[in-house]
Amino acid sequence: MHELPITEEILKIVLRHARSNGVAKVLSITLQIGKLSDLEDEWLQRYFDYLSKGTAAEGARLKIERMPLKFHCNACGHSYETQTADLGNLICPNCGEADNAALVSGREYFIKEMEAQ
Amino acid sequence: MEEVKLIEVKEDILADNLKTAAELREQLRRTKTMLINLMSSPGSGKTSLILRTIAGLRDHLRLGVIEADIESKVDAEKVAAQGIEAVQLRTGGFCHLDAVMVTQGLGELKAADLDLVIIENVGNLVCPAEFDTGAHKNVMILSVPEGDDKPLKYPLMFSICDVLLVNKIDYLPLSDFDLEAMRKRVLALNPRIEIMEVSCKTGAGIDQWVGWLKKEVEGFKNLK
Repeated sequence: MHELPITEEILKIVLRHARSNGVAKVLSITLQIGKLSDLEDEWLQRYFDYLSKGTAAEGARLKIERMPLKFHCNACGHSYETQTADLGNLICPNCGEADNAALVSGREYFIKEMEAQ
Repeated sequence: MEEVKLIEVKEDILADNLKTAAELREQLRRTKTMLINLMSSPGSGKTSLILRTIAGLRDHLRLGVIEADIESKVDAEKVAAQGIEAVQLRTGGFCHLDAVMVTQGLGELKAADLDLVIIENVGNLVCPAEFDTGAHKNVMILSVPEGDDKPLKYPLMFSICDVLLVNKIDYLPLSDFDLEAMRKRVLALNPRIEIMEVSCKTGAGIDQWVGWLKKEVEGFKNLK
């Protein structure tokens, strides 16, 4: 639902890097978005296409790397990945401890890199 | 054809908002005005909680409220009827508040003269979780009729809050809401969160919440 303001921020940052690197055309942008975020990839690209018209980033493709949900087991210290659908049933694959873990990754909101010429 | 360059960006997409929010937090620290961001689904009791909070704190603290309704002014009018300063932000259909909007609201409120300002954010559990408002504490409400599975459906919101108020506990006997299961789900996402059970209707648990908030504001005002 909030893809539009997010896309405006992405474009602003990308154009700033395009200027400082002296490139005329941005080809692709790699984002790292945590799996806890509800951003829709398709809408991000649509808004980006709309907002970037007439800029150096027009036509650039957004590549989205979804950063996994990772938990740290409070019982044995093991870190493990899980899927959003399994949040209600957290079981440590190392020691079997249930529902006793802390979130360590999955909230990222990052621009990693871009390809340009 | 020019060579394709790979440019490292390594920037947080929300960096601008985070910066505005950090500046706002610092400015409020200087004027000793504590800012609380209250979030929840529509109908879970944000306005009722604010009215209960006003009743509990109005004799001790100078209060203000920022309301973020998309269209109506109903909530701001209820607060103003209590004789408390309330500002209605026109979010223009936006699904959340950001730090710039909150800065404007605080300016209209003349917040520097207040001890505590509560933001009633837009009612939804998705978007407000993504935008730092500049608040010192994030508080959310989950009401019993919404169900104990909400931490599974909206994990981000539960992961960023300092306090979870479980409201409408007077409905517990009528419902299959599993408090213990909910508690485990929330603590896995956020082990530091404080969970309090309240009913804005009967007043149960309100003393605990108001007492917590009063202590937080007093601690905040004693900071250098």
